[in-house]
Amino acid sequence: MPDTVTLKIKRQDSETSDSYWETFTIPYIPRSNVISCLMDIQANPVNAKGEEVTPVVWESNCLEEVCGACTMVINGKVHQSCSALVDQLEKPISLEPMSKFPVVRDLAVDRARMFGALKKVQAWVTADGYHDLGPGERESTSHQEVAYKLSECMTCGCCVEACPQYSLSNNFLGAAAISQSRLFNMHPTAKNIADERLDTLMQKGGIADCGNAQNCVEACPKSIPLTESIAEMGRQVSGKFWRNIFQA
Amino acid sequence: MNKRRVIVIGGGLAGLAATMKMAELGMSILLVSFLPVKRSHSVCAQGGINGAVNIKGEGDSPEIHFYDTVKGGDFLAHQPLCKDMCLHAPYIINLMDRLGVTFNRTPEGNLDFRRFGGTLYHRTAFAGATTGQQLLYALDEQVRHFEVQGLVEKMEWHEYLGAVLNDDGRCVGAIIHNLRSGEIKAEKGDAVILATGGPGLVYGRTTNSMVCTGTAVTSAYLQGAKYGNGEFIQIHPSAIPGRDKLRLMSESARGEGGRVWVPRKAGDSRKPREIPEKERFYFLEERYPLFGNLVPRDVGAREIYDICVNDKLGVHGEMKVYLDLTHHTREFLDHRLGGILEIYEKFTGVDPHEEPMEIFPAVHYSMGGIWTDYTRTEDGLIDHQSPNNQMTSITGLYAAGEADYQYHGGNRLGANSLLSCIYTGLMMSPGVINYVNNVPESVEDVAENVFADATRQWQEKFSEIKGMSGKENPYALHREMAEEMISNVLIVRDNSKLKSTLDKIDEFESRWKNIKCVDTTDWSNPVPSFINQLWNMIQLSKIITKGALLRDEFRGSHYKPEFDLSQPSDFKPETYLEFEKQKEAGIVKENAFEPEHLAYMKRFSVNNKKWLKTTIATYKEGRPEISYEEVDTSLIAPRPRKYD
Ligand SMILES: Cc1cc2nc3c(=O)[nH]c(=O)nc-3n(C[C@H](O)[C@H](O)[C@H](O)COP(=O)(O)OP(=O)(O)OC[C@H]3O[C@@H](n4cnc5c(N)ncnc54)[C@H](O)[C@@H]3O)c2cc1C
Ligand code: SF4
Ligand code: SF4
Ligand code: FES
Repeated sequence: MPDTVTLKIKRQDSETSDSYWETFTIPYIPRSNVISCLMDIQANPVNAKGEEVTPVVWESNCLEEVCGACTMVINGKVHQSCSALVDQLEKPISLEPMSKFPVVRDLAVDRARMFGALKKVQAWVTADGYHDLGPGERESTSHQEVAYKLSECMTCGCCVEACPQYSLSNNFLGAAAISQSRLFNMHPTAKNIADERLDTLMQKGGIADCGNAQNCVEACPKSIPLTESIAEMGRQVSGKFWRNIFQA
Repeated sequence: MNKRRVIVIGGGLAGLAATMKMAELGMSILLVSFLPVKRSHSVCAQGGINGAVNIKGEGDSPEIHFYDTVKGGDFLAHQPLCKDMCLHAPYIINLMDRLGVTFNRTPEGNLDFRRFGGTLYHRTAFAGATTGQQLLYALDEQVRHFEVQGLVEKMEWHEYLGAVLNDDGRCVGAIIHNLRSGEIKAEKGDAVILATGGPGLVYGRTTNSMVCTGTAVTSAYLQGAKYGNGEFIQIHPSAIPGRDKLRLMSESARGEGGRVWVPRKAGDSRKPREIPEKERFYFLEERYPLFGNLVPRDVGAREIYDICVNDKLGVHGEMKVYLDLTHHTREFLDHRLGGILEIYEKFTGVDPHEEPMEIFPAVHYSMGGIWTDYTRTEDGLIDHQSPNNQMTSITGLYAAGEADYQYHGGNRLGANSLLSCIYTGLMMSPGVINYVNNVPESVEDVAENVFADATRQWQEKFSEIKGMSGKENPYALHREMAEEMISNVLIVRDNSKLKSTLDKIDEFESRWKNIKCVDTTDWSNPVPSFINQLWNMIQLSKIITKGALLRDEFRGSHYKPEFDLSQPSDFKPETYLEFEKQKEAGIVKENAFEPEHLAYMKRFSVNNKKWLKTTIATYKEGRPEISYEEVDTSLIAPRPRKYD
């Protein structure tokens, strides 16, 4: 067993400053994950050269891969750092912030664009009110299984980080938001505004921007069937397109 | 549109439910959260949410749910609140279903329900193994819709530091710290709601998320608000060991038939599957034939402690037992428990479909929290229009969710917290709005210097923190303090250890003053915040430890062996009701009871008289001063608990 672990971390003081690499060597402790290593650095912020430095900044909360906060690029692959186990990673471990979002500091990035996309596709149910209106509609178990899978999306950003079409300079909605529009278009009441969601998907930055590279589905930690969602929304969009033509 | 505004701190289930409901009623809301609300701790909840919908035709009802809740909490919860909550539970589940939560279904398409600890009914609605995540997302989506409509303004990446109080001590706003720019400024609000979740991080590694420091409510306590029942900390029987976090293995694993066992032979080194059935000790099933593996959490955690520490039967001689699901088919397990089994496999590398899981008890939940008020109706329910509901002892400062103290008594039942969070958020909203519409002076008319002074105070405090150049690393100090709490203020409590821990905490407090602020930059620097949070965690650990030291009894999660009343094994709780009735009538027919039972009932009665009370901590001269308050037990007569 090794007695130390080395981490190479790409650091950046703010959105506009230059990035630099810094190496840390910390004692190896069994059952470590990337976050526990970052915590060890916090408790003793000294780099491999023995210099005292500021602790590395990153984002995390749940530590069990359900909140989506701690996504970063680990050994070149985008993943949650809380579920990245040191024993399963090649050493030295390299950590970088995601490249498709503005860097806030070190490994923390600003994913506001993803939450904005949820607004654009109106990812919500419109309710008549929050008072007692009795039970919702009955649903089959097979419907529930599809919807449940889609609703596990934690806005983590892995899919868009892996997507060749999503970039800092364009306005592509990305696979996660497209998949959410599918979820709400299949909900018994949220589908009442299905057409409005399709209109959004037909605009610039919408579904036509997807080049079908399928990187997203492989990157998704929750195994959300993103390409299936994209295909389904593609069908709905072209259905709407033809309806528009015939109704015109 | 209403020109007044409410500030909600925290966007977990409680904060989002309140935001959504108040926005529906037309109130403008400023929603402040440490991190994007969609990433709040509530997403961790796996098992489900309780509501007596009686889908399975078992004769379940809100009344029985109410009874189970009160009994589960060892009678320390305020009964009108529990009753009102349980009565509203079926409606809340229906509402969440309408809002798009992908709850599991029965073959006929109804909501499906599973069993959870502390009840004999199928009462827990669930969405796979990520119920909290699904509930939170549904509320997050509603709030996002209001955001688009302009009723809700969000400030994510902002931290609440303290309340702004006017000259009468009324809360008129909050001091908010921008976690990116570092700016500290006052936000005006006619009322402020703390929906900031629990304080798990006082114990370091727990099942909680990273932001669960309890720092917001502790700040309210330091400003004079009362803190209730601090010593009641729930230890969950089943967690998975980890270096950064003790991940939970949900009670639903047992709800779906998971069996807890240890090898009968101490130190048995065989692999679990090689140990034949008759050499396995299913200790919960043997000791609690009625509730079996689904005893309440306090009982479960104590039994595991007993098996491992006293009987020395822990797996590999460690504080661990097996939780076994291998008798189920893969298909069944994936459908009903997929998410949590994945977590186990992901973090341990062992497949729970094939091998029994190794689990152990971990800090999980705080029944205690900031003290809050309510107004009951004649018939023992809650007057939803009352501005007192969920108000702390600081006027205009409210609290909801895990941050408050009054729904779970001495021990929370599984799947009751998601319920209490959503319930409090919804229930309190009309009352908060009534309060806001009737405040003597709108915040717009409050003198500017009130806000300016408070802001300056906090700015000065943070520049002092940034200037700290001592020797202690704040993160390392936190680890040490947490170790102390884990070692001495956990499942089994002992007065001499509690006393020495209190002294230790004082030492941590002096060492805090010798901290080095290891990052003094201005942009997106989490260190000064953490140092401030650590101070609050030190204060909170005093509340917990002192409350535990002074409470000389055994109730719910608070276990002191020397004060165990030793319930005779053949005792029936109803006997106590008869005893109380006779006492009330003035004549106890002593020979109608078995002498051992009679003696026990007398002990129980004396103990309840002294201790069936809420612990109140108030901040006085740097320490918590402890006093006790009556609990409303008018609806269900307190009696001994029994689960076998
Ligand atoms: C692993 C796990 C599983 C669980 N499973 C279940 C279950 O199955 N059923 C059940 O009923 N209960 C369960 N619980 C308990 C339940 O999840 C929590 O009690 C509940 O989610 C708490 O919700 P909340 O709204 O009070 O706070 P949280 O969800 O903790 O949200 C707190 C919010 O406050 C914000 N915040 C905190 N401090 C500050 C500050 N100073 N400034 C600004 N913002 C701040 C945070 O950003 C967050 O948005 C579980 C708990 C755990 C740990
Ligand atoms: S299919 Fe390819 S282009 Fe389309 S969203 Fe996925 S990764 Fe991007
Ligand atoms: S679809 Fe998957 S990868 Fe993309 S944000 Fe959601 S959970 Fe993450
Ligand atoms: S910290 Fe929540 S996903 Fe890793």
